[in-house]
Amino acid sequence: MSGWELFFEAAIKAVAVFALVLVTVIILVWFERKVVADMQNRLGPMRAGPWGILQTIADGVKLIFKEPVVPRKVEYALYMVAPIAALVPAILIFMVIPIGEPFTLGDRVINLAGADLNIGLLYILAMSSVAVYAVVLAGWASGSKYPLLGSVRASAQMISYEAAMGLALVPVVMFTGTTSMSKIVDAQAGDFLGFLGVWNIILIPSFIIFFISGVAETNRAPFDLVEAENEIVGGYHTEYSGFRFALFFLAEYANIFNISAITVTLFLGGWHGPNFGAPDWIAWALPIFWFMAKSFMLVFVFVWIRASLPRMRYDQLMAFGWKKLIPVSLLWIVLSSVAIAVRRLGLPWT
Amino acid sequence: MNPELVVFIVFAAAALAGAVTLVAARNPVYSAMGLLLTMVSMAVFYVLNDAHFVAVVQVLIYAGAVMTLFLFVIMLIGVDKEESREEKIPYQRPIVAVLAGGLIMLVFLAGRTAWVVFDNGVTPVGTIENIADELFGTWMLPFQATILLLTIAAVGSLALALYQGGARVESALAGEPEDEPAAESGGGE
Repeated sequence: MSGWELFFEAAIKAVAVFALVLVTVIILVWFERKVVADMQNRLGPMRAGPWGILQTIADGVKLIFKEPVVPRKVEYALYMVAPIAALVPAILIFMVIPIGEPFTLGDRVINLAGADLNIGLLYILAMSSVAVYAVVLAGWASGSKYPLLGSVRASAQMISYEAAMGLALVPVVMFTGTTSMSKIVDAQAGDFLGFLGVWNIILIPSFIIFFISGVAETNRAPFDLVEAENEIVGGYHTEYSGFRFALFFLAEYANIFNISAITVTLFLGGWHGPNFGAPDWIAWALPIFWFMAKSFMLVFVFVWIRASLPRMRYDQLMAFGWKKLIPVSLLWIVLSSVAIAVRRLGLPWT
Repeated sequence: MNPELVVFIVFAAAALAGAVTLVAARNPVYSAMGLLLTMVSMAVFYVLNDAHFVAVVQVLIYAGAVMTLFLFVIMLIGVDKEESREEKIPYQRPIVAVLAGGLIMLVFLAGRTAWVVFDNGVTPVGTIENIADELFGTWMLPFQATILLLTIAAVGSLALALYQGGARVESALAGEPEDEPAAESGGGE
């Protein structure tokens, strides 16, 4: 296999992932607005297209054509780089998530993931730690006090919850014995009692800790102190308008989908699901359907949490992360490693 | 011309640009961003050499943790100050010229030597399994000793920050909590 062949495959996948992220975000924003509206006994967007489904596109077009206002006191270069730095890690994370069953084309096996890395999980952690830069730079380069406060808050929060997130993933790696996303999905193949999937849901404390820190990592309610309107206006992106604001918005929603998709891949069996003995022309699409359905179920949980929980206070947020989540995940690592060792090697006295 | 070479040229240029920015920028935040660029480019070089784990750790620890800390310190302490450009060491420039010349000579001499290259393509050395085997098998004791050393350093820095002259400083306790576990996770890795 020549190098260029690999190169073109990678290029096609990169473009496909980019398109998929954009389309998913468009649906996601509409989905969130409709669900929140339903929960608050409103209709939500109804005008653009049937049930307002084109609302996001209309908003996007509006943002692109708006005047991009650049305040006078910004650090110009970093101010311009920050929105891009927000979106790039989000797309790079999505690159390693397998969204469907691998298929063969000619004599090559093609994974339905941007790149099937051996170190997928660590790569995801690395990229999400790089995502902090966008927030820090946007807040600082804006040259204004509310964005700076918002960015300090956001980055402190992201760094804190990243620790809990990383610790929550340790039992998953120990249990499946790999950090590759596709192998973690493979480890969850098969079923239990004929109909229940053999998912990593057995690691339910990890699942809960990971999802909570995921909500905090994306700066969503109830951890959205970053954009607490009554204290610090709009947070780190206060000084951005037009398309640059749209990039931050896009990154936030792409990250929501990323967290949902990673959770599905790690704990809920990835693209595995029943195919009901469907004929081939349907069966090939079912894994993608299951993956999307499960991911959107978790996205629904994101929206649900946002619609029902009030915002936390900053000290509560920090105390929850450091004094509850991290000790609990450390305890869970010890417990699960003992359990896994017993499962592999047997009891110590036998 | 293979794609590997193209990637190398692009990221070598990026690494050099980052290094130049680091030295030349007036504003320390830009210097930090230059260093970040160099570090990420280094990670790409590790990937090109099949050391995927090292590459990710490079991004995770250096770009993700260490540089964020740097950036915080720079932004919160010296936002508006420009560095003084007064040269304090006598004959600074000639000394630097001699040292730089020596370094370039060394690089050229190193390039003339035939290095022992690991036979690429058989088993990549930098995979997570190989590193784990070495770390938790062959080098278990030194690894544990390093963990102990780093933990002692972390605890020591906390003790220095919190207890000054036997008295506990209450205001330090209310400070940012993220410094201590960052150091600890560095030790555990």
